[in-house]
Amino acid sequence: MNSRYSFGGDEHIFVECDEAMSLEAFFKSLSTTKAVRSAQIRGVTEICPANASFQIKFDPDIIKPDDLLRELKAIEVAAGGGHSSLKTRIIEVPVLYNDPWTHETLMRFRDRHQAPDMTDVEYTAKINHLDGVDGFVKAHSGAPWFVSMVGFVAGLPFLYQMVERQRQIQSPKYLRPRTDTPKLTVGHGGCFGAIYSVRGAGGYQMFGITPMPIYDPNQEIKYLKDFMCLFNPGDIVKWRPIDRAEYDQTVADVEAGKFTPRISNVTFSLDEFHADIDGTNAKLTGALYGH
Amino acid sequence: MAIKVVKPGLSTTVQDLGRPGYYHIGIPISGGMDRFALCAANWLVGNKEDAAVLEATFLGPELEFTSDAMVAVTGAELPPKVDGQPRATWTTFKVKKGQTLAFDFLKAGARAYIAISGGVDVPVVLGSRSTYTLGALGGYQGRKLAAGDELPLGPGGDSAENRTVRAPLRRAAASPAELRMMPGLYWHRITEQAGQLFFGDTWKVAPEADRIGYRFRGGTSLDFVPREPPFGAGSDPSNIVDACYPYGSIQVPGGTEPIILHRDAVSGGGYFMIGTVISADMDLIGQLQPNATARFTPVTMEQALAARHDREKLLNEVRESL
Repeated sequence: MNSRYSFGGDEHIFVECDEAMSLEAFFKSLSTTKAVRSAQIRGVTEICPANASFQIKFDPDIIKPDDLLRELKAIEVAAGGGHSSLKTRIIEVPVLYNDPWTHETLMRFRDRHQAPDMTDVEYTAKINHLDGVDGFVKAHSGAPWFVSMVGFVAGLPFLYQMVERQRQIQSPKYLRPRTDTPKLTVGHGGCFGAIYSVRGAGGYQMFGITPMPIYDPNQEIKYLKDFMCLFNPGDIVKWRPIDRAEYDQTVADVEAGKFTPRISNVTFSLDEFHADIDGTNAKLTGALYGH
Repeated sequence: MAIKVVKPGLSTTVQDLGRPGYYHIGIPISGGMDRFALCAANWLVGNKEDAAVLEATFLGPELEFTSDAMVAVTGAELPPKVDGQPRATWTTFKVKKGQTLAFDFLKAGARAYIAISGGVDVPVVLGSRSTYTLGALGGYQGRKLAAGDELPLGPGGDSAENRTVRAPLRRAAASPAELRMMPGLYWHRITEQAGQLFFGDTWKVAPEADRIGYRFRGGTSLDFVPREPPFGAGSDPSNIVDACYPYGSIQVPGGTEPIILHRDAVSGGGYFMIGTVISADMDLIGQLQPNATARFTPVTMEQALAARHDREKLLNEVRESL
């Protein structure tokens, strides 16, 4: 995997680890940006890992662009020595699939969708040859997902499914983007999942909604007091389907300061994963439920 | 010490030099779009350059002062009036307790920077007072100003009436504006001829132009180099596997209308970019009105750094002249 380097004007270096998305490309982005962070290079102001690429912002008055480029290439070589294991967190995200709020929204924007006579879940189930809504929910929530990037807007996680490529759910973005998406919508575009951290425009298919806020600029929600965004690149997410009663209860609990997300520390090894995908995933999710 | 917002204007926000360090979780730098004008306004009234000011877009606010203060308005030609009496831009003037600062209609540019001695003292969030409206973060309650808001002021520094930034030291965009950019990022995705046409065309600022990004229209659609879509990118030739977006990067969704991302940028997404506007020209973009014309000029890193140096030199001259 040969990375491609490009200057983004006089203040950014953009590095594409691979044109295509894969866990390997994501791991390369994550491990190289970690190494850049610990190198504490003077003049570097932002270190941003993404799905299969990353970006460094710098002050060219402090470090010459060519010097930084050389340093990054050296770090990439040094970090490339197969550190494909990661100490991280697995976080459970409760989801009400086919909820009334995304349903109301998707009905408003049917003219922008590939299949106006179906819901987003029905359409995605069909094109992925899944057995209806139930088959879809099973596939979507069955295996965990990597947070492969945080961004677009504040705190929004991009999620990558931890299954073989042929088992990954793929669904195109809307033909034309919507002007509205409910806050905390669980969405999907291409091979990526996402949770919309704020209400706003969007082009991803809408599958459901989580009652668990993931961004709080006022830092009033108990588990977001230390930092306003829940997710970091490298976190692992496990969806758990819930019903309307649990959704309402969770919303009330969050409001009352009684809700704490279920989170466990885990170690992920890329080699172990490739040797036994389902076994590795079972071990990771087991850590959440004390198995 | 406070000012009361009688009328908010069209879109007036509290901004300083921004909030670096959180782009990796999608929180953009924010801050004034025309940082040159913002720094000048602050120095005029005796503030540090990173004090918070008001950035008023197209239409000025109406502000009632509850204590005496020194004020300077820079950037766009948005003529200030104190109790109806005209005052000059880029020049300090006093507003006394009980007086009202209002504005005439915009004459040139797009964003005026209203600095008040002491600076706007809203809470510092993640190291900055800047407003990021999309994330409801910072500034005054995370949003643009509304009638009835009361903005606290910090303790004022040294200044005097009629201090002015001389006209040759003020920076404004030409018409058409020349925006220098470094081709790169996914430039290789378009044909050579498409690249030539992009630089040859004169573009027009679209109505969709705000702090997140500036959209342009009126040029030729880009022709792409054919490819097999990489896994995860999407089928449109302008799609990429979602990646980070540099500030100033020029994305062209569908190959039709270029968008330059600015201080409230979305931090990443799935559209390819053909290059990045150089840091020295970012200030100019914030002063372009809808329908203003612009041309893109390719430059090398050496030229970009020279332009950066020239801007810094001019800014230093402003500081030394005050």
